[in-house]
Order: sequence, then structure tokens, then C-alpha cells
Amino acid sequence: MSMKLCRGLLACIAILLLAGCQTVLMSPSGDLAVQQRNLIITSTVLMLLIIVPVIVLTLLFAWHFRASNKKAHYDPDWDHSTILELLIWAAPLLIIIALGAITWVSTHKLDPYRQLERLSAHQPIPEGVRPLQVDVVALDWKWLFIYPEQGIASVNELVAPVDRPIQFKITATSVMNSFFIPALAGQIYAMPGMETQLQAVINAPGEFKGFSANYSGHGFSGMHFLFHGVSEEGFSQWVEKAKSGGGDLSRDAYVKLAAPSENEPVAYYATVEPGLYRAILTRCVDPESPSCMTRVDLSPHDGGDSGAMLQSGHASGMAAMATQPHSD
Amino acid sequence: MLSHPDLAKLIFGRLSLDSLPLHEPIVVYTFIAVALGGIALLGTVTYFKLWGYLWREWFTSIDHKKIGIMYMILGFVMLLRGFSDAIMMRAHQALSFGDSHGFLPPEHYDQIFTAHGVIMIFFVAMPMVTGLMNFVMPLQIGARDVAFPFLNNFSFWMTVSGAMLVMASLFIGEFARTGWLAYPPLSAIVSSPDAGVDYYIWALQIAGVGTTLSGINLLVTIIKMRAPGMTMMKMPVFVWTSLCTNVLIVAAFPVLTVCLALLALDRYVGTNFFTTELGGNAMMYVNLIWIWGHPEVYILVLPAFGIFSEVTATFSRKPLFGYASMVYATVVITVLSYLVWLHHFFTMGSGASVNSFFGITTMIISIPTGAKIFNWLFTMYRGRVEFQLPMMWTVAFMVTFVIGGMTGVLLAVPPADFSLHNSLFLIAHFHNVIIGGVLFGLFAGITYWFPKAFGFRLDPFWGKCSFWLWVTGFYFAFMPLYMLGLMGVTRRLSHFDDPSLRIWFLIAAFGAFLIALGIACNIIQFFVSFKNREKLRDTTGDPWDGRTLEWSTSSPPPKYNFAFTPIVHDHDAWWMMKKNGFKRPLGGFVPIHMPLNTGAGVIMGAISFVFGFAMIWYMWPLAALSFVALLAVGIGHTFNYHRDYFLGADEVTRTEASRTELLASHV
Repeated sequence: MSMKLCRGLLACIAILLLAGCQTVLMSPSGDLAVQQRNLIITSTVLMLLIIVPVIVLTLLFAWHFRASNKKAHYDPDWDHSTILELLIWAAPLLIIIALGAITWVSTHKLDPYRQLERLSAHQPIPEGVRPLQVDVVALDWKWLFIYPEQGIASVNELVAPVDRPIQFKITATSVMNSFFIPALAGQIYAMPGMETQLQAVINAPGEFKGFSANYSGHGFSGMHFLFHGVSEEGFSQWVEKAKSGGGDLSRDAYVKLAAPSENEPVAYYATVEPGLYRAILTRCVDPESPSCMTRVDLSPHDGGDSGAMLQSGHASGMAAMATQPHSD
Repeated sequence: MLSHPDLAKLIFGRLSLDSLPLHEPIVVYTFIAVALGGIALLGTVTYFKLWGYLWREWFTSIDHKKIGIMYMILGFVMLLRGFSDAIMMRAHQALSFGDSHGFLPPEHYDQIFTAHGVIMIFFVAMPMVTGLMNFVMPLQIGARDVAFPFLNNFSFWMTVSGAMLVMASLFIGEFARTGWLAYPPLSAIVSSPDAGVDYYIWALQIAGVGTTLSGINLLVTIIKMRAPGMTMMKMPVFVWTSLCTNVLIVAAFPVLTVCLALLALDRYVGTNFFTTELGGNAMMYVNLIWIWGHPEVYILVLPAFGIFSEVTATFSRKPLFGYASMVYATVVITVLSYLVWLHHFFTMGSGASVNSFFGITTMIISIPTGAKIFNWLFTMYRGRVEFQLPMMWTVAFMVTFVIGGMTGVLLAVPPADFSLHNSLFLIAHFHNVIIGGVLFGLFAGITYWFPKAFGFRLDPFWGKCSFWLWVTGFYFAFMPLYMLGLMGVTRRLSHFDDPSLRIWFLIAAFGAFLIALGIACNIIQFFVSFKNREKLRDTTGDPWDGRTLEWSTSSPPPKYNFAFTPIVHDHDAWWMMKKNGFKRPLGGFVPIHMPLNTGAGVIMGAISFVFGFAMIWYMWPLAALSFVALLAVGIGHTFNYHRDYFLGADEVTRTEASRTELLASHV
């Protein structure tokens, strides 16, 4: 009977593993997410080295030393063994030393602020390729994507060419959200008055789900978008489509867009008022607003020690760099 | 309401008839059910003329045993509320796919998941943990009560008062729609102008006063009131874990108080601590709340570890393996729990070195925790393991908890957390450790100490039904959530588009249904055990052949716990006493100094409720009045010099003689 139970359990685990392999986190399409997936698997296997024996021993000891089994050795005063106690501290310690080393290295290597070093495991970044810039704004309750180089913007639709690094700069208007495209890379928070970053690359064409991963109020459930990985030509076509069919994202248009709305359809903007993202980040869309940060003296991060992490994409001049949570 | 609008506004603040959720049929039906239940309960109490008894023997009692029991009752009642929220969420998420939007509109659903978290942590887990510590710990250290008996009563009623505010929010106004930690800017006055967040703030502040004071009380009790001979390294492990938990409470809860006070200032007087204006920063709140929040996890789980230690030793018929390493592991966890808070927000843009530091400190906690698991394992080794209910809960805990521990360490790896943070994987993880760790521990503890508290055991049949339903229900309810997390499904969604996810939500809902049956069995178990109490009677005071001092006294213990303070020579003091042929003293009793009951705690709790309610609804005159009244009662009580008495030697002799008779009649 217990054999049957074991077999049943194993079958269940196998089914779960199979189902698990097909999930987006276990079969992603972006190099960063792939490396995160590998890390999840490595860490899990490392921990299973100790978890599985513990579970087996628990059931085994509980069964073997059950009160009705009078054949089992009973030692009513045995409560100490120096060797065993050293072992039970050492075993988890060793696993954690290994896992800690992996953590230190991988956290630095997969830091979302760090410039990519490769496109994928077998693809280095070709010379002279500059990352695609996308400024992301989380609004109540939709996503605004500004493409500063192309001079366009879109709502609830993100498009990027395959195998070209993307540099996201992320902020929010009113409350906290989290910018997450599971197939592409891990999430990072979008917070008002603050900027976070994500460097990522998508390695396969396709449609991927993106959404807010941090609850942000009434319209939160509808705050999702599609991320399209396309060819370079496809990307140019998409930019053209936005340029020909979209409206103008002036400050006024932005203020209208920022008013709370739910399940917002996809929209395009052919032009974007220069400096709009900066104004949103520093809360100066209305320059007279008391929350406008250019009035507050915040010293700009001008590279320096963390230069490798911070892309100084904008001239630092007035800089009014809003709070950078990234501190190292 | 009143003809003069300004006067009405002065008296009722922003409370009006519109604040009653009459447009929400679910809430109206719930209200009718609760009201009928309440009337039935009050009617029964009145019919059996129990008010005087309840007031004299329970509400005003400063006996740590009765207060402990009242905490447990509060926790269990609130469990029913918290679980109703849970099953509504599970049902809603299972239905809300594609064109269907389930049965809960977002503004209602958002309140439910917020209330579920707040209630389960603050008003289920905390009262139950505090209740068990209150009941068991003084008995285990051979004390007659806690260090500050009145404070204990007051702490309890403050907790009740907070719980009542959360319950009131269901029918008057609304609860917060912010998630259980109420992160600003969402919880700021701009995004949440209604009373919900204020209910949250005042409920937690008032209950927090109770928790902090109770922490101080129990801490002082352990430090100062141990029986002679009980040095620190001879304390039962449950006392050790209680000590560490109360150290954590005393050090962590003030942070929560300050954090919520600053949020309240932002909301009430327009300061800018956590706003996005004028230099405020919401991340300060996130840091502060988790500096409290992470130790809070250990506040809950350490006492559970203590319970498992007692249970494993008792039912393995062996002393706990590696007592010293168990103690050090507990202390190490206590210290480390303060160095990990940032792992709750790796994804908020901290640098790689900061994230690595907090990731690695988090993993380090798994080392002492792992050592503990091995200690329990080797306690069973070469033992005679009796599978009574508490031991069954313990084995279920060991198997379940290591899975939760593993997923927790996985979440502590920052790059993995970037993918899994805020997902249902995280939800599965913390339910795995809180249900598998804290709740299983509480059930083990309740079954284990129930005969001590009431003098009869809990019915094992219904207990086992409940056990199997809870354990299988747990796996059905939360394993699918791990899977959904890997599918990139985030938490707190009230609607889904992708129909392929639905099967997992259906399985999870089925699990929640099994747990509902488990809770039903719990309730049946209480009734059946009460009905068959004569059959289940514990006459010995030591139904499990226990090892620690609480089993040396009668079940239930006399008011004074011990006629003579025991003298301790080793840990497992009662076991050693039994082994060395201990004889109960039969005479020579002396009068015992006892504290007197007082109604001050109930009254101050009730006034605090009024004060909180007035603050929530901006009823300034009432708030001022109730605050002055609170101070007056508090100060007035300090002039009450009639607070103790001596229990005469003759009464002690009589009580002890009747126990002698009882023991003799059942040998």
C-alpha cells in the first residue's frame, strides 16, 4: 500500500514538474529571464540535497520509532551527541555557503541596472549597438511607453526588436506599481518621484504578457499590456504606424491621459513633447506644482563611483535627478 | 440626522447614513447573520444569567490562565472571520475569468484581501500565540502569575478593542483597500481618502499597545519570576522561545507604532513623511514597516517552534535532543531576524551589494532553523513515538515547513526574487510557513495543553478528522499557487483573462473547501469534547506523562498554580521529580499572596474603541472626550490600592485536599 502511495506521489510530482517546465518563468524568451530561471533551478537542486533527506528521515524515524514497534531501539536518556550536533549545523552551513556565493555573484551579474554583456549565451553584443531607450511610466491604471529616440509613445503596448538590448527607465505618477514582463526579465518597481532601471533583451519574436506586479488600487487587474518582440523591420513599421496614426503627447494630453481609467485600449502618440518623461519623473508636468522637484535641491548623481550602473542618458545640467533608490 | 448640518458634522464627523454599505448585498446578508448570531448569543447569556459570572470570573480576571484562554477564544473567533475572507477570495478568483467578473467588485475584493491579511496576522496568529504564552509559560517556570497581572488584562482588552474596530469596518464604512501593509502612496489621503485606512491605522495602534505591553509583561515574568533553581539553561524550550519572541515584540512593535503614527500624521495633519511631495518618500515607510514586519514573522513562529520542542520530547518519551543547540539556534534566529528586512523589496531598486547582503543574511537564518529541524528529528530517533494528535501535527509540520523553508530561501536569492516577488509563488511560500509552521504549531499546542486548561482532553476522533482535512486542504490550496507563481501570475488580481489558469484556481478553491471542513471539525470537536467531558476527564493533571512543571499541578490548575513554589534542579523538571519519586506535599500550607480582579482593563479597552472610532470618523469632540476619559480611568486606577489579597492557608489546604482525593480515587 505504501509502495502504491509512493508511486502515486512520484507520478504527481512528475506531472507537476512537467507542467512547471512549460510555465513562462521556466521557459522564458529573454536572456536575463533565462539566467534567472537557471538560477532558480540551481538553487532548488542545491536545497533539495538537504530537504529531501530531511523529509525522508522524518517519515522514516516517525514510522520506525513508533511506540508500537517494540523492536526499535529505545534509548530514553539519549539527548546529546557532539558529532551529530556539529553535523546538523555543518550540513545546512555548507549548503548556504555554496548558495551564498552563487547569490553574491548572480545578484551582481543579473543586476537590472547593469549593462548587458551579451545577447544570449552564444551571442555577444555586436560592436556599436546602442540599446533601445524606453521610458516607462506607470499611470492609474495603464502603462505609458515613451521612445525618446523615435519620438513616439504608446499606451499599453510595448514593441522592441529581437536581439537588441533595451534600456528601460521606469517611474510612476501616483502610486507604486511593478513593471514585469515575465518572459523578458525580472520585475522592478515603478515609483512616483523615483526612477528605476532595467536592462534587458528579448531573444525570440512573439507576444508576451506584461503587467503590474504590485497592487495599485481599483483598476489594478486591468493594468496589463502586450510586449511584442519583432524584427528590426517590424519595429520600424511599428514606429511608422505610431507616427502616422497617433496623436500628440503634449503636457495637456498627458494630464488627460494620467486621469484614472481602467482597461485602457492600446493608443499611439506620433509626437512626444521634449522633456516630458523628465517632467513626469521630477513631478514637474505642472511646473508651478508644489511637488515639482526642481524646486528642491537634490544633488544629481553624475556617474562617479556607480558610473557603470547609472546611464547618464540625460544631460545633467538642471538634472533635478529625482530620488534614485539604487544605492551601492 | 440632525436638522443643523454643522452640528451634525461636529458630532458625527464624516459618518453619515451613506457610510453604511447598504448597496452591497453580501455585506447586508453578513450583517443580518452576524446580528442574529449576536442577538442569540447575548440572549443565551442573559437567559442563563451568565453576565455576572462572565464579568466576575472572566472579563475582570487578572489570572494569566483565564486571560490566556480568552486570547485563544478571540483568536479562534477571528479565525472564522479571516477564513471567511479567504474562502470568498478563493471562490471569487475561481469564478472571475474572461467575461465573468466573479461575485465581488474590485472595491470589495480589495478590502477582503487586506482584511484577510490584517486579521490573520494581528487578530488570529498574534492572540493565539500570546494566549498560549500567557497560559503556559508561567506554569512552566513555576510562577503564580505574570509579573504585572493587571497589565495583562489591560493588554488583552486593547487587543479585543482593535479586533472590534476591524469588525466594525465591515458594517460601518469600509476597510482599507491597500494590502495588509498599507504602503503609501496608495494609503495616503490622496489615493485613499475614505475611512478604510484609518480603520487600519487605529485598529493596529490600539491592538499594538496591548501587544507591546503584553510583551514587556511576559519578558519581565521570564526574567524575574522563574522558580528557584531554574537558571536560563534549565528553562523549558517553550519558555526560551517565548523569551525571544517577547524580546522581538518589545523591540519591533514600537517601530510599527511609529511607522503608523507617521502615516496617521500624513493623513490627518498633512505632514509629508511618506508622500511624493516636499521631500517625503514612501520607501521610508516600506523600510520601517518591514523592520517591524520581518521580526513579526519570527514573533509568530518561534513560540510554535517551542511548542514542537515540548510535544516532540513528550511524545517521543525522550528528552529533547540537543537542548543547548536548540537554545542557541533560537537566539541566533532572534538576532538575525533584524538583519533581513530588505528582502521584502529587493525589486525596489537597491544596488546589487545591498541586495546580496540581505539575501545572504536571510539564507543564514535557515542554518539555525535547519539545526532545529534536525534536533526534532533526532529527538524521535531511538524514542517511542506516540502518535497522539499533537505529535501528528508536529510531523505534518516538519514535512510541510521544510518545503516552505526551501521556497523561502529561493525567494531570498535576489535575481530569483525579481521573477517571483509579489507572485502567487510568494503567497504560497508564506502560507506554507505560516500555516505549516505557526498554525500547525498552535493546533499542536491547543490539543496538548487543552486538558491542562479545562481538565478534560479534546476528542481525538474529531481532532484527527480536522487534522487530515487541514493538512490535505493545505496542500490542495497552496501547491497550485506555487505553480501559478511560476506561470507569472501576480497576487491581488480580481480578474483573469487567461482561461488556462483556471484549473489551478479551482484546485486551490477545493483545498480551501477542505480547510473549511477542517475548521468545522474543530468546532464539532470542541462541542463533542465538552459533551463527553466526563469520559475525557484528566484527573491526574499529567495526561501525557509530561516533562515540564505545568504537568505537576492539577488540571485545571488552582488559582495560585502551585501551593509551594517548586525547586528546579534540571530541565525537564517534572520528569526528574517523577523519576526521583516526588511526593506531593499534603500539609503545612501557608497563605498565598494573590492579585485582585479589576474592571479597569475592560473599561479602558471599551473607551479605546470609542476613541479609535471617533478618530476614524473625525468626531473630534467625542475623540477628545474619550481620550480624557481614558486617561482619567488609567490614572484613577493607579489610586486603587485595593488590588491584592491573601488566599488563606485553610482554602489552600481544602483545594489541595480535594486534589489528593481526586488522585486517590483514580489510581
